[in-house]
Amino acid sequence: MKHTEIKNPERELFLFRRRLAVAAVLVLGALLGLMARFVYLQVVRHEEFRTLAESNRISVVPVVPNRGIITDRHGTVLANNYSAYTIEITPSKVKNIESTLDDLAAVIEITPRDRKRFKKLSEESKNFESLPIRTRLTDEEVARFAANRFRFPGVDIKARLFRQYPYGEVASHVLGYIGRVNDKDLERIARAEQTANYKGTDYIGKVGIELSYEHELHGQTGVEEVEIDAGGRAVRTLSRTPPTSGNNLRLSLDIKLQKYAEDLFGARRGALVAIEPGTGDILAFVSKPGYDPNLFVEGIDTQNWEALNNSADKPLLNRPMRGAYPPGSTFKPFMALWALEHNRRTPAQGISDPGYFTLGNHTWRDDKKGGHGWVDMYTSIVHSCDTYYYKLGSESDIDDIHAFLKLFSFGQTTGIDIEGELAGVLPSREWKRNRFKRDPKWQPGDSVSAAIGQGYNTFTPLQMATAMATLANDGVAYQPHLVKAIENIRSGEVRKVAPQASHQVPVKEAHVQVVKRALIGVNAEGTGARAFAGAGYLSGGKTGTAQVVAMKEGPYDASKVEERFRDHAWFIAYAPADKPRIALAVLVENAGFGAQHAAPVARQVFDYYLLGKVTAVPPPTPPREARHD
Amino acid sequence: MIDRLWQLAARHIDGFLLSVALCIAALGLGVLYSASDQNLSRVAAQGVNLGVALVVMWGVANLSPQTLKRSAIPLYLLGIALLLAVALFGDVVNGARRWLHLGVTRIQPSELMKIALPLMLAWYFEKHEASLKLRDFAIATLLIGAPMLLIVRQPDLGTALLLAASGGYVLFLAGLSWKIITALGAAGAAGLPLLWPLLHDYQRERVLTLFDPMRDPLGAGYHIIQSTIAIGSGGVLGKGWLQGTQAHLDFLPERHTDFIFAVYGEEFGLLGNIVLLVLYALLIGRGLLITASASTLFGRLLAGAISLMFFTYAFVNMGMVSGILPVVGVPLPLVSYGGTAMVTLFLGIGILMSVQTHRKLVKS
Repeated sequence: MKHTEIKNPERELFLFRRRLAVAAVLVLGALLGLMARFVYLQVVRHEEFRTLAESNRISVVPVVPNRGIITDRHGTVLANNYSAYTIEITPSKVKNIESTLDDLAAVIEITPRDRKRFKKLSEESKNFESLPIRTRLTDEEVARFAANRFRFPGVDIKARLFRQYPYGEVASHVLGYIGRVNDKDLERIARAEQTANYKGTDYIGKVGIELSYEHELHGQTGVEEVEIDAGGRAVRTLSRTPPTSGNNLRLSLDIKLQKYAEDLFGARRGALVAIEPGTGDILAFVSKPGYDPNLFVEGIDTQNWEALNNSADKPLLNRPMRGAYPPGSTFKPFMALWALEHNRRTPAQGISDPGYFTLGNHTWRDDKKGGHGWVDMYTSIVHSCDTYYYKLGSESDIDDIHAFLKLFSFGQTTGIDIEGELAGVLPSREWKRNRFKRDPKWQPGDSVSAAIGQGYNTFTPLQMATAMATLANDGVAYQPHLVKAIENIRSGEVRKVAPQASHQVPVKEAHVQVVKRALIGVNAEGTGARAFAGAGYLSGGKTGTAQVVAMKEGPYDASKVEERFRDHAWFIAYAPADKPRIALAVLVENAGFGAQHAAPVARQVFDYYLLGKVTAVPPPTPPREARHD
Repeated sequence: MIDRLWQLAARHIDGFLLSVALCIAALGLGVLYSASDQNLSRVAAQGVNLGVALVVMWGVANLSPQTLKRSAIPLYLLGIALLLAVALFGDVVNGARRWLHLGVTRIQPSELMKIALPLMLAWYFEKHEASLKLRDFAIATLLIGAPMLLIVRQPDLGTALLLAASGGYVLFLAGLSWKIITALGAAGAAGLPLLWPLLHDYQRERVLTLFDPMRDPLGAGYHIIQSTIAIGSGGVLGKGWLQGTQAHLDFLPERHTDFIFAVYGEEFGLLGNIVLLVLYALLIGRGLLITASASTLFGRLLAGAISLMFFTYAFVNMGMVSGILPVVGVPLPLVSYGGTAMVTLFLGIGILMSVQTHRKLVKS
C-alpha cells in the first residue's frame, strides 16, 4: 500500500528537536563522565599519583643492547663496536642552534663538515631527539666541556657504542652499514612488531648483512627504572632488566681471499663471486669499486654522498647481485649440456664451420674469420665456436631451454641471504610477450643470438657463479649464502647454517662429464690455457666476452670504441677439477676479452685459495688468440 | 563611520560563540607555552594559525547557507580527490601517510573531510527532504563509507571512526529510525570480536593497554601511564602554570599536540579541568541552540553535526589522555598545536555563525 505523506513542518521540527535533546543529554552525560574520571584521578587517587610524581619520579629508560659482531669464516672481525664519547644536542632544548654551535666551537673543535652533517641530521630527525654533533671526543675535550657545561643547556656528553668496519672498503657490499633510524625504518620496525624493542635504538642496518640480519644483530632492549630529579637527570637506578646483546654472525667469507681478490681488480670495475660448491658458502663477494661503510654510520655528509652517488663508476651498485650482464660465451657449456640432455647433439656430432651462420636473410658472424673448420662439442667449448651454437639455437625451442637452464639459477633469484637481489633475464616466449608489447612474438633469430649468451640473456655474476658451482657439483644445487653461523654470546649456543642442497638438476652423469671435460680442455689447451699455464692443479673454466652494444657488421675493434661501450670480460671456473673446492665467476666491466682480462684474475684467486700462493699476473694473452671466446 | 564599518564586519559574528572559542584558544596558547618548554616561537606559530583560522571563520560566517549548500558537492569531491592524492603521493610522518605537500605547506586532507562530509550529507538530505526513504539513508552511508575507507588505509583508524561519527550524527538527526539505530548498535557490538583480527597489531595493543597499561611499559602503555600520573598528580588546584614536572620529563613526546591535556591537567588541576569542560559545554550548548532554531533542514543538520563533532573531539581526546579511551590521534579542539585542525575548527564555528545569523534573512 502506498500513501503519500503530507509534510508537516511543525511535526518534523518537533521530532528533530526531540532528537537534538537526546543528543544534548548524551553530551552532558559524557562530559559528566569525564568529570567523574578527573575527580577519580585528581581527588580519589591524587595521593597515590602525587607520591609517584613527587617523591619517586620514575622514568622507564630503555637500555640499548650491544649490536652483534660480524666476523669472517675464520673469526676475523669485520664489524665491531667501540665505545667513545660524543657530544650531543637536543634541538628542542636549545634556543639558538647556530650561536650555540659557535660558542661550542670555542671549547671543542667543530669542523664545517661536522656542522653540515649535523644540519642534515637535524632536518631528518625529530627535534626532541638527542643528535650527535661530534663523535670520538678526546679525554681533554670531555674535560674542557665538563667545565663549561653550565653554559650549554640542551648539550650533553654521552658515552656511546659506535659501529666500526675495520676493513673499510673491503667487502663493503656484503656487510653494508648501519645508519640512524629514519621514518622508513620506523615503519619497518612497526611492521615487524618491534617498536618497543627499538625504544632508544638510534641505529639500524641499512643495506647488506647489517640490514638483512638486523633481527639477529640488534638484540633485546633492556629496561631500567630510574629515579630522576626535577631537572630530568637520573639520580639512582631502581631496577634493571639488562639488555640482551645481539647475536654474532660468522660469515662464510674468507676475508683474506676477499681482500686479495679485490686488490686484483685494482682500479678496474667489476665483480667476482666465489662459492664452495659442496656447501653454497660464498668465499668471496667482490664488487668494485666499493665504498667505505664507516662514512655512513654517523650520517654521511653531503660532499661524500654526492661523490659516491654521482660517480660514473657507481661504487654504490652491488654488482654481483644487482648488476645484470649478458653472459656471452660462458653460456655455451650450459647450452651444450641442454643439447645432450634433450638429445639435440651427441658429443661426437659436429659441423663444418665456415665462420658465419645464415638464417633467412640474416647472417651471424663467428669471431674467427674463415671459421674453426670441423667442430664437435668439445671443440665448440674449448675454442668457443659461435657457429656451432648459432646452429644449435636455430634448431631448438627457447621454452625448452628456459625450463632446463632455470634449474641452474639463470634468470632466477638465487636466494642469497642479503636483500635486493636481481633476477636477470632468461628469456622465454612468455617473457617476450610480456616485455615487448610491440613485437611480442619470439623470432627464430632470437634463439640464434640467445644460444651464444647474447640476445635477451642477462644474468648477475652471482647467478653465473651459482650455475658454475652447480655444474661443478654435478648438478646438485646449493643455495648460496653469506652467513655460516649465528652465535648467541650469552648462552654460547651456535646455530650453524647447514648446507642444504636446494635441488638436484636432472642431468645424466655422463653428460655432465662431457661438458666438464671440455671445461678442463678450455684451461688446458683452449681460450683459458695461457692464463692457467703451469698451474699445478687441474681446473675447468670458460671465457666469455659480453657485448655492450650490438655487434655491427664487420669485426669489433676495441681501440675504436669508447671505453664505456667496450665489451665486458667474463670468466667462470672451478678447481680442482676432480674434487671442486671453489667455483667462481669473474666479470671485468668494459675490459674487452674474457681470456685476456678475466681469466688471469680467476687463476690468481685459485692459486691463492688452493695453494696459498701469490702468483704474478700471467703474461697477457695476445688479443688475436683471446678474441675467440 | 568606523562604527558602521565595525557593524558591517561584525554583522554575521556570533559574539557568544566567538568569546567562548577565544577563551579556549587563549588557554591553549598558555598551555602550549608551558608544554613546549617555553618556546615562544612555537606559541607565535600557533598564534599565526589562530589568526588565519579567525579570518577563515569570518569569511565563512559571511557566506549565506545557500552558498555553503552550493559548495557541498565540490568540497566533498575535492576532499575525496585529496585523499586519493595522499594515498598516491602523500608524505609519511610517524609511519602513516596522512600529509599532502602543497609547496609551502603540508595539509591533512582528512581534516577537510571532517567539514565536507556533514556538508555533503546535509545537502543530500535537504534535497530529498520531501520524501526521505530508507534508500536515502543507504546512499548517505555510501557517502560516509568512501572517505572512511581511504582514511582507514592511511592507516588512521581513529580519524576514520571520528569521520563515521560525524556522518552518523547527520543520519541520526535526519531521523534514521530508532529500530535501525538499535539494530546497528547491536550489530556493531556483536561485530566487535569479528573486527578484532582485522586491526593492526599496534591498534590491538592500544586497546589492550587500556585495560592493563603495565603490560607494555615501553610500548603502548607508556603514554597512558605517564599522562594519568601527570593528571592525577595535579590534584584539585594543580601545580601552577609552568610548574608541572611529570609532563615535562620527556615522558610525553606528543605533549604539545595530542597529549597537551596532560600538561594542562597537571598544572591547573581539577579546577582547571572543570573550567575547560564548562567552556566546551558552553561552546557545544550554543551550537545546539543554533541548531534547534535553524530555519532549514540543511542548516539544522549541518549545525547539529558540527556541534556534536566539537563534543566528540573534546571527549575522545580527554578520554584518551585520562586513560578511559584507547589512544587515537585526535587533537584537543582549539588547544593542541597544529594549523590544519585549528583552521578546520574555526571553519566549523564560522558555519555555525552563518547558520545562525542568516536565519532571518532566509525566513523572509
